[in-house]
Amino acid sequence: MTKILSTIYGFACGLLLTGAARAEEGGELPDPAAGWDHLWREIIIDITIIGVVFGIAAIYMMIRYRAKNPNDVGSAPKLTKAQAIAWAMIPAAIFMADDFFLSAKGWTLWNVYRRVPDNAMEIKVTGYQWYWEFDYGDGVVTNELNVPVGQPVVLRMTSPDVIHSFFIPAYRVKEDVMPGRVTYIWINPRTPGTFISTCTEYCGTAHSGMYTNVNALVREEFDSWLVEAKAEAAEEAKG
Amino acid sequence: MTAETTTADAGSSFKLMEWILTTDHKRIGILYLIGSMAAFIVAGLMALLIRIEQASPGPGIMDSPDQYNSWLYFHGAAMILAFLIPGLTGFAANYFLPLMIGARDVAFPRINAFSVWLFYGAIILALLSFVIPDAPDIMWTGYPPYSVTSPGNTAFYVFTVHLLGFSSVLGAVNFLVTVIYMRAPGIGWNKLNIFVWTTIAALGLQLVFIPVLASAVTMLLFDKYLGTHFFNPAQGGDVLLYQNLFWFYSHPAVYVIFLPAVGILFDIVATMGKNRVFNYKACVYGGIGGIMLITGEVWVHHLYVAGMPDWLRIGQMVTTLLISIPVGLIVISMWGTLYKASITYNTAMMYAASCFFLVLLGGLTGIPLALTVVTVHLSETSFVHAHFHFIMALFSAFALFGGIYYWFPKMFGRLADGPLATASFWINSIGVNVTFWPLFIIGVEGMPRRYPDYEMFPQFEPYHMVATVGAFMIALGMAMTIINWIWSAFKGPIAPENPWGSKSLEWTHAPNCPGPGNFPEDVVVDDDWSPYEYGRK
Ligand SMILES: [Cu+2]
Ligand SMILES: [Cu+2]
Repeated sequence: MTKILSTIYGFACGLLLTGAARAEEGGELPDPAAGWDHLWREIIIDITIIGVVFGIAAIYMMIRYRAKNPNDVGSAPKLTKAQAIAWAMIPAAIFMADDFFLSAKGWTLWNVYRRVPDNAMEIKVTGYQWYWEFDYGDGVVTNELNVPVGQPVVLRMTSPDVIHSFFIPAYRVKEDVMPGRVTYIWINPRTPGTFISTCTEYCGTAHSGMYTNVNALVREEFDSWLVEAKAEAAEEAKG
Repeated sequence: MTAETTTADAGSSFKLMEWILTTDHKRIGILYLIGSMAAFIVAGLMALLIRIEQASPGPGIMDSPDQYNSWLYFHGAAMILAFLIPGLTGFAANYFLPLMIGARDVAFPRINAFSVWLFYGAIILALLSFVIPDAPDIMWTGYPPYSVTSPGNTAFYVFTVHLLGFSSVLGAVNFLVTVIYMRAPGIGWNKLNIFVWTTIAALGLQLVFIPVLASAVTMLLFDKYLGTHFFNPAQGGDVLLYQNLFWFYSHPAVYVIFLPAVGILFDIVATMGKNRVFNYKACVYGGIGGIMLITGEVWVHHLYVAGMPDWLRIGQMVTTLLISIPVGLIVISMWGTLYKASITYNTAMMYAASCFFLVLLGGLTGIPLALTVVTVHLSETSFVHAHFHFIMALFSAFALFGGIYYWFPKMFGRLADGPLATASFWINSIGVNVTFWPLFIIGVEGMPRRYPDYEMFPQFEPYHMVATVGAFMIALGMAMTIINWIWSAFKGPIAPENPWGSKSLEWTHAPNCPGPGNFPEDVVVDDDWSPYEYGRK
């Protein structure tokens, strides 16, 4: 049993490592969302293998060891001291190996998520009960988030009222937005399009209504929008 | 002891005052069972309302989102605090723990009676939230600043937690003293039922961690009603202080629920399989002990996206993953107990068998959630919602229901294993999968939790619809289950003594429906006795 487990485990590790090696190629800006999808697939493989092995073992034993006759008793032998220790230490070692393996992978991608690229453009995000405000500087404030494709963007986020959480499923990222602190996430929009962002920390009556669009615009379109918006804001300020 | 030890006469008339004034651990156990099942029924009805509302994207049956939020509040708070914890550590521990160690009652029977009435006080307080105009709407977590600024009545939440916490702490002291000092001669620590071990582990956790929760909610009360600023950053407070204190208790609380459920499972499987528990010492000292050791250092996984320092989020990712070692040892012992067993299938064993798959599903889907960076996407989505329902709610509830079937003849002298039991088992088992699998899928796609309305994600409607159908299956299955229990308690076939041929003391030494004092004679066990020793004649 242990032997089979460790063989399967070794096989799984091998599979995952080759996958990881492939991801490291290419020196361009990391794409956290793609990294997330990659890690997610690896974990699903990992837990599916464990689940299938244990699931089949349970079903097999539940059928195989049905009572043949109501007076039968189980015949599991008493473990010797050595067997008892082995049955504790070997599974513990296997689980620990898997834990450290997953920790290493998780930590690597975590660093990508937390290290904001130097050339990132900054947008300030404020969560209110129950809407979002995005501040691009120079008086430009919107309720939908506009970002340029191909440009890393860092969102610096806070809230004056209660805790909210800014979630963009398409970019596989969220972080809580709360009074008294400024939190951040960064995204790397790759393709133009409109994506949904939602609030994912319970914040009262209209919690589920606190969603908006994230518009990933091609660079020229974004630039011309921003120039125009800045001019408008300046107009208003003079007003 | 005295000659008052008798088997309760099944025909004896019911006297209300005897139940109200009782200090008998078994009657107190039954009172816990009734109270926790009442909470389960009301909280279950809330779940149905929630699922009906979510069946389609726009507003459905609710008057307003506030009403929906108060359903969610009641469902979460009541299921965890008033059903699972009192059902497992109140009912099951009260009735069976003294019997399993050969004790005639608990160490402090009157304190025990005080605990159960505190619990009823809490249930009444929780139910009052349906009649007050400003029902609490702060979820079972009660995060500030929302819980402080909310128009809902946060005080009801705080006082409910206080009453339940006080009740649990008294119960914990009582049972720890009982197990330490009142074991029958011959019952060493390595001969305790796994259920006894898991119960004292759970109660030990309650004793250590409840005061932290109690202080957190008290600060909430002070902030909201007395104008203090513990959680208000504008006045020098900190919003995250509450979350840290709350989860410092509430992660261990997951094991307060999980562990006794595991204990019930082992006792059912060992009895129905007539087998010894596989690697008992690894399970007890490595598994249960390991959980006790690590469980206080992993709470930050509930704050993975809450702006905690990066290094702390990584440090607690490692400790969280390491929980898989003690849990893994328990799992190896569970599986090993099937090995070369001689399994008789009845309703109790079927619930126990399904728990093997629930613990796999719930446990393994916890592994991605242990990884900080994976949780950055999954946190607060219905993936999390499905995960903790499998591991905490469904696994523990199924183990408890299995336990009720297992101990039914002991409590009521009758069997409950009729066709209604089998049919409702299958409806429940299919229902939980129909309900929660779709939520895993849309959770990964980004469906947030606690949403009455999801007009931004119309593509998720079919999944929500399927989940709602599943919820109705569970409702049907549970209605059949409860009807079966009530009917069987009064009219079921009379059970023989020790119908399962168990070696555990509650079956071998106490009659069905034990009277005051439990045992006809003082219990003494010999050297090679163990509750799991079936090889010996
Ligand atoms: Cu919100
Ligand atoms: Cu936790």
